[in-house]
Amino acid sequence: MKVKSCFGPNYKEYDIGEIVFLGKEQPLKLSCGLEISDFPIAYQTYGTLNEDRSNAILICHALTGDQYVASTHPITQKNGWWDFMIGKNKTIDTKKYFVICSNILGGCMGSFGPKSIDKKTSKPYGINFPVITIQDMVHAQNLLIEHFGIKKLHAVIGGSTGGMQVLAWSTLYPNKVKLLIPIATSYRHSPQNIAFHEVGRQAIMADSNWCEGNYIEHKKFPIRGLSLARMTAHITYLCESALQRKFGRDLNNKNSFSFNFDCEFQIENYLHHQGSRFVERFDPNSYLFITKAVDYFDLESDYMGNLSNAFVKFSKNKEGKFCLISCLDDWLFPTQETKKITKALSSCSINTSSVIISSNNGHDSFLIENEMLKNTIYGFINQN
Amino acid sequence: MNAIGENIITHKIRYDHEIIANIIKSKSKVLDIGCGSGDLLYHLKKSKGIDCRGIEISQEMIAKCLVRGLSVIHGDANCELHFYPDSSFDYAILGQTIQAMNNPQDILEEMLRIAKYAIISLPNFANYKNRLHLMFKGTMPVNKTIPFQWFETPNIHFCSIRDFENLCKKMNLTIEKKIFLTSKHRLINVFGQEIIANFFADYGIFLIRKDEFCHTGQEEFAFKKINNISYSGRLISQFYKGR
Repeated sequence: MKVKSCFGPNYKEYDIGEIVFLGKEQPLKLSCGLEISDFPIAYQTYGTLNEDRSNAILICHALTGDQYVASTHPITQKNGWWDFMIGKNKTIDTKKYFVICSNILGGCMGSFGPKSIDKKTSKPYGINFPVITIQDMVHAQNLLIEHFGIKKLHAVIGGSTGGMQVLAWSTLYPNKVKLLIPIATSYRHSPQNIAFHEVGRQAIMADSNWCEGNYIEHKKFPIRGLSLARMTAHITYLCESALQRKFGRDLNNKNSFSFNFDCEFQIENYLHHQGSRFVERFDPNSYLFITKAVDYFDLESDYMGNLSNAFVKFSKNKEGKFCLISCLDDWLFPTQETKKITKALSSCSINTSSVIISSNNGHDSFLIENEMLKNTIYGFINQN
Repeated sequence: MNAIGENIITHKIRYDHEIIANIIKSKSKVLDIGCGSGDLLYHLKKSKGIDCRGIEISQEMIAKCLVRGLSVIHGDANCELHFYPDSSFDYAILGQTIQAMNNPQDILEEMLRIAKYAIISLPNFANYKNRLHLMFKGTMPVNKTIPFQWFETPNIHFCSIRDFENLCKKMNLTIEKKIFLTSKHRLINVFGQEIIANFFADYGIFLIRKDEFCHTGQEEFAFKKINNISYSGRLISQFYKGR
């Protein structure tokens, strides 16, 4: 089933691809206690599912990513966010594997999110949308997998917020996955990262056009708030050396200061550009709910302060293997946090590999073509 | 600069892998520290059904391990062994790398904390060629076994076979097996003459464990038992030494 949805400050309508309604027979119970049923999940698939349904790979997208992992994005018209990784004869070969990527619960690319219409009020949920968690997203993905009739996934792969979903898969459905690749992620969101998220949320909520979350009804859009949130976040996705290398202190097409508050430095220009592009495709309320879900993620405290306990069930899955990937210059999810996961997995005797990618784009490195990253993933999913 | 563990391997064909594989019991659990592209681990996995893990510093090598279905952690063996809980392995292997470690004594202790047995292979610095080189040329030996100039070598803690045995003694470690090799794919039949081994061998392979019964300063009542076993058509001398 295909649907349309409105995006950006002008509420322009776009076709957003495949959608399936899940939780029809049995409602999905969320972490907050509420139950949802007959809710939509938007997804894209690549390749074909084989007869015994054993070649499926689930890709979990990051915070503001979407299901367009390897096909043209309907709004930006750009290639998929992992186009270099997935496709025919690529690292994740779609001639061999059936790749599924779904828009997360709470997202704004067709899945059940704050933009969805509440049947009781016939208005968008807005700020009344239930507060969701990473685990809820994974439960929804599991329903999608069941919809395809897949008993066991060959692999679950995801970076950043997607990596958290990969970790949650191993704790919630330890026997439904074989290979897990969490990339540039952590077992919990650090206080520093929560701080950055909160700045972003406050920027959206401080914008008068946010209208207490009811901007859709008022046909307004918190452009400044959402783009400011994106600008702040984008600083954390890169790193000092990358900013130095890409922009330095260079000015925009001029050699001297103009002694005013125009956008003068190239780095300023870059951030403004990122912000203005983001508002065209993302829903402000969705940003609030998804960042909250990421902030709530803490596997260690979920398992009484002992991270190893989270993986005890997975350790009984004889086929189960982990390959953790982190990026050397990522300061949002530093390699130390991946090392802690590696230690917890190793102490449960789980087959664990861990690779540190030498990168020069900070946290975003996993979204940029990198031979090491491709070799590692290729080797791990095609192992004999 | 060469990364530790990357270029210390001095011979393309690691026939010492065969010998190490012979020491290890089937179905056991093994950690190879500095596993490279996983040649030894893959051999162990295929031939003896061994549960294999590795640590490797080079990402390129790890990619090769991953294709072979091996689980390898990217890291520096000097500081990554703490990942593993006590007694999580049957054997921990350190192949021709101990001389490049920051603190060989700590590594040995860590290996025997996480594994019942440690298998160490090391180049013998007291080999006659090195002795002659130093004596007549007066410069640090550079040859097939130790192919680096003194200023570029990753090998920072060279030792002889006897030095290593002395260290084991000092640390109260029992040497269960020792095998001496030359670089020409021939095992030296030393007939119990360790002095000769220390003079002729290019490499030594040791199987060691913690001495459960030994106390510091205990009087030594060593006995030797020579066991000759046939292997690959050659005669190998193995020594069993208990205290």
